[in-house]
Amino acid sequence: MSWRNVGVVYRKELTDSLRDRRTVLSMIAVPILLMPMLTIGLGVVSVLLFGRAMLEIPTVMVLGGQDSPAVLAALHALPEIRIVPARPDYAQEISEKQIRAAVEIPRDFDAAVARGDAVTVRIDVYQGELKSGFGADRVQKFFTDYRDGVVRQRLQSRQLPARLAAPFVIEQKNVVAPEKVGGELIGGLVPYFVILLCLTGAMYPAIDLTAGEKERGTIETILCSPVSRVHLVLGKFLMVLTASLFTALLAILSMGMTFVAGKKILERLSPLNATGLALSISLKAVVWVFVMIVPLAVLFSAALLAIALFAKSYKEAQSYLSPLTVFVILPAIVSILPGVDLNAGLSLIPVLNTSLVSKEIVAGTYPWNYMALIFASSCLYAAGALAVAIHLFQREDVLFRT
Amino acid sequence: MIEVNNLGKQFRDKQRGIFRAVDGVTFSCRPGQIYGLLGANGAGKTTTLRMLATILGPTTGSATVAGYDIVREPQKVRASVGFLSTATALYGRLTAQEMVEYFGRLHGLAEPRLHCNLDALFQRLGMNDFRDRRCDKLSTGMKQKVSIARTLVHDPSVMIFDEPTAGLDVLAARTIVGFIRECRETGKTVLFSTHLMSEAEKLCDTIGIIHNGRLMAEGTLGDLRERYLQNDLEDIFVRVVQA
Repeated sequence: MSWRNVGVVYRKELTDSLRDRRTVLSMIAVPILLMPMLTIGLGVVSVLLFGRAMLEIPTVMVLGGQDSPAVLAALHALPEIRIVPARPDYAQEISEKQIRAAVEIPRDFDAAVARGDAVTVRIDVYQGELKSGFGADRVQKFFTDYRDGVVRQRLQSRQLPARLAAPFVIEQKNVVAPEKVGGELIGGLVPYFVILLCLTGAMYPAIDLTAGEKERGTIETILCSPVSRVHLVLGKFLMVLTASLFTALLAILSMGMTFVAGKKILERLSPLNATGLALSISLKAVVWVFVMIVPLAVLFSAALLAIALFAKSYKEAQSYLSPLTVFVILPAIVSILPGVDLNAGLSLIPVLNTSLVSKEIVAGTYPWNYMALIFASSCLYAAGALAVAIHLFQREDVLFRT
Repeated sequence: MIEVNNLGKQFRDKQRGIFRAVDGVTFSCRPGQIYGLLGANGAGKTTTLRMLATILGPTTGSATVAGYDIVREPQKVRASVGFLSTATALYGRLTAQEMVEYFGRLHGLAEPRLHCNLDALFQRLGMNDFRDRRCDKLSTGMKQKVSIARTLVHDPSVMIFDEPTAGLDVLAARTIVGFIRECRETGKTVLFSTHLMSEAEKLCDTIGIIHNGRLMAEGTLGDLRERYLQNDLEDIFVRVVQA
């Protein structure tokens, strides 16, 4: 094995690829820009929309209540909602978003409450619609407060303590570090994007170095040089791997910086102010995610190189490789789903195993046994794919496919 | 020196099944001589030359190039050969200098010798004006010069040309023809394939007529004229092929 020849091929491919706009775009521009655009961009837009929806004073229709002036007056005095006159087609108006919600006050409400009868107040809402939900929430809060007030008055009139209605308080307390909470919430996104970019970063160089060479007629030029085909494929493979890992590294760094910058921007914009979550990835997690990604990048690089070599042209190679993204996106999405936890069986499924373990790592958990199993199995798959790529480079019917 | 003995190549094709692209070809070519393989398109010229350049492996027979066996010592064969065809394109994103340097390094040349060879070649071929220009920005003639420099950078003893002037204009073709003659004058073994009678007449010391993968006739132009009682090479070719 002459590593000098592999190095010569690698250096040439690196120089050549860095002058290819498509490769540079997929290797550098996409990983740097994708995360800020998806997180900060989408986050800013959604926070702005959410904030605007919260600032709106919802129009609420009150149905009935003419015989209950006390509750009606209290409702009208509420500054958070705007009361509109009752109309029979209120359901349609909610559905057409002309009003946000409606509240039906039962007949003789004031008197019934005074008597201590059980009555039901119904709030009509457009389920799933954000602004309607805000309107309904405000009405619901009003009636909850109103009910609590009635209870307090009753206890007071009987000279009973207020805590009689609430003998104890229930409280949820987070005992996990904010970094871990943030990691649990966003941890699924990290492998999803990094793995996807790891693939797309390798895709263009893999096509360019195989089908691209066939299309441009340089494959025969290089095959008549004394470099062995094993050295040739290894040099090309190392270039594709470099692109894949570099893309993954940029994606991870971009993600880390996006979380820091994004949190500050979103906190400033959000009317709710800070969520208290630490949306950040520790350096240790970055290093370990990257380590776990390496065998996967080897697998991607070798597989893409082998598949693209079959194609006669750039276009044909693209049509072979594009569907491959589905096989990568699907397991990555599965890892984001709640309740899918890492186990020995899942540790053997390529892509899904790395997605799941990266999610754990970002959340601050290091399952060393599974990490070793995943690393070993991924290395095995990667070695298999590389062996196939080397074998295909020896086959005349693949190299000179017409 | 090239010695070809009963060389054959079979391919598997979806439409034709197994077919013989080259069938028992035998010939030899000495240093300081140009051997021309003359044949129509699909006659088996390119396959023969690709086997001798070890880009393809033979199915039957054997051959030695510069004393090395094409099956057992393919890397040594490639190290001794300069192969040029219209199919051997250049890397468009590399400069002329980078392109030649790359192949020099693949041939294992040490940096001082590589740069010495490269400077001499660029001077000789008049390439200094465009040595730092990317290959995809060069004219056809300039590209041909880069290809020539690429094949010569390791100073091979054997040159193989596969229809090197196909698709070139007159000026670019003249550069190539001149270069082939120069190779003979410097004592290199030159194997050359063409379907152009005029080129074969002008250049070749020995002509081998190949048809349907088989070497049908071989000799100097004078031998062939005498044997087939025709003066014009085209007439000789038609008689041989139709026989």
